[in-house]
Amino acid sequence: MSNLEVGIYIFLLAAFLGYELVRRVPQLLHTPLMSLTNALSGIALVGSIALAGAHRTVLSTVLGTLAVVASTTNVVSGFMITDRMLRMFHRGAPASPTPRSPGEPQVGGE
Amino acid sequence: MRLLITNTTYLVAGVLFILGLRWFGNPRTARRGNLCGELGIVLAVVGTLVKAEVVSYQWILIGLFLGSAIGVPIAVLMKMTAMPQRTAISHAFGALAAALVGTAEYYLRQPTGIDRAAMTALSAEVLLGALTFTGSLMAFGKLQGILPQRPIVYRGQNLTNLTILGLAILAGAFLIYSPTSAFAFPVLIALALVFGVLLIVPIGGADMPTVIALLNSYAGLSGAAMGFVFDNKVLIIAGALDGASGFMLAIVMSKAMNRSFRNVLFGAFGQIQARVAEIAEKPVRTGTIEEAGMILEAARLVIIVPGYGMAVAQAQHKVRELYDQLRRGGAEVKFAIHPVAGRMPGHMNVLLAEANIPYDALYEMDAINAEFPQCDVALVVGANDITNPAARHDRASPIFGMPILDVDAARCIMVIKRTMAPGFAGIENELYYDDKTMMLFGDARAVVSDLVGEISRAAAAA
Repeated sequence: MSNLEVGIYIFLLAAFLGYELVRRVPQLLHTPLMSLTNALSGIALVGSIALAGAHRTVLSTVLGTLAVVASTTNVVSGFMITDRMLRMFHRGAPASPTPRSPGEPQVGGE
Repeated sequence: MRLLITNTTYLVAGVLFILGLRWFGNPRTARRGNLCGELGIVLAVVGTLVKAEVVSYQWILIGLFLGSAIGVPIAVLMKMTAMPQRTAISHAFGALAAALVGTAEYYLRQPTGIDRAAMTALSAEVLLGALTFTGSLMAFGKLQGILPQRPIVYRGQNLTNLTILGLAILAGAFLIYSPTSAFAFPVLIALALVFGVLLIVPIGGADMPTVIALLNSYAGLSGAAMGFVFDNKVLIIAGALDGASGFMLAIVMSKAMNRSFRNVLFGAFGQIQARVAEIAEKPVRTGTIEEAGMILEAARLVIIVPGYGMAVAQAQHKVRELYDQLRRGGAEVKFAIHPVAGRMPGHMNVLLAEANIPYDALYEMDAINAEFPQCDVALVVGANDITNPAARHDRASPIFGMPILDVDAARCIMVIKRTMAPGFAGIENELYYDDKTMMLFGDARAVVSDLVGEISRAAAAA
């Protein structure tokens, strides 16, 4: 099997798996979800680093470095903002509205 | 040995990404999911740094430093109400990285020839990356208020856009046929950049949630294409996950508006404004704060319906005070969240969470609609189209068929709104003319604040 074929298999499997996983994320968390997947796609950093560090031509080093900046920004701010948002979500105590008590989540239908 | 380390970190990173998304399905484990993702990226970066082809670290470190210097302040200082803009700009950054890497790779490989498969991936990467970059910048401009939020439409718009996209695809196809024809590459990039701008020109504020989700998907797919270029499996996995997630959100959003993707992208809401004038001049009932306060104080079940207006007025903290005040008075208070309320998926949930409102008080549309008939007061804070009963019965209405919150079933309806001006979709809302409806005109934050004051005064007097 060629690399391309393997790649296509991986892409399709990951896409279907990803779709099924994110479908189970409640609407409550849709904004953090977008922020998380954005940070994950900052994995482009891997390609950018390889380019910026390989030092092949001036053009490739310049573009690679810019790409490192862009993807690092996404990775860093993406994960930090996702965490900042997630820390804000909390369940209410049954009687008085005291913040920050973990417990069973209550989320509506699809 | 180095190769083994690199490949192992990539494999583990891929697994961590999937586990992270898995844990994201539940608010209790979501932070763990986020941590998983972070760990995965760090591992993959370390695995890349030890690669044999990486010969100098100078530019990498500068890039990492600059990126962190931009990213950390954004993450720490950004206001939660600016979340849609921040998301749009991060799609732009992600897409830019893909486009830049694709461009550099093309010019590195072009002299020696590129095989068709790699060129196909390169074309896709650059096309998607470039159009998502300008498209997301445009979306950012609209959300930030730099550009007008109203959809801009003109005759022949769809034909123009489709022609440009067609030409861009043609340029990409030509490059696949003849990868060494370097002149076609800048043409491809230029056409894709222009298409990205034109794509967002006709998009209005109400369509932003769907469009942001679509751009999210494109950014992910351009990343996956990069993975094919480098034959890098973890890039393919992360890109596919991101693409699938954006796609899923776009489907949820467009279902919640009863519109197809094609309709969102090519059927701008702008064509509707002509109808506004013909709606008869019916009287609306303007309520006073005293009156509204009295009714709210006596209510046992209050459902609050937040919308974009709450975000604009930054009224979420005042809404929290109202929530506390009403609960102290013994009322039950629930929030009804429409999937497309606001400017991005989940926008309202984040704002209310920021104001420290527990998430078990937030209800999705299907879970809350049955409760409106039993509720004493439905309080609409800056929401419009998602409460318009015309969506249920008026076949001529552009939002006909869109699932809405059944606010009109409540015993009493209060609407906080700045003016009678119609929403972004330019559609008159029947709800405002309902006999049970009381309009409270003014800035959402000021009105809610006055309501809190009124109710607490009444409570103290009693």
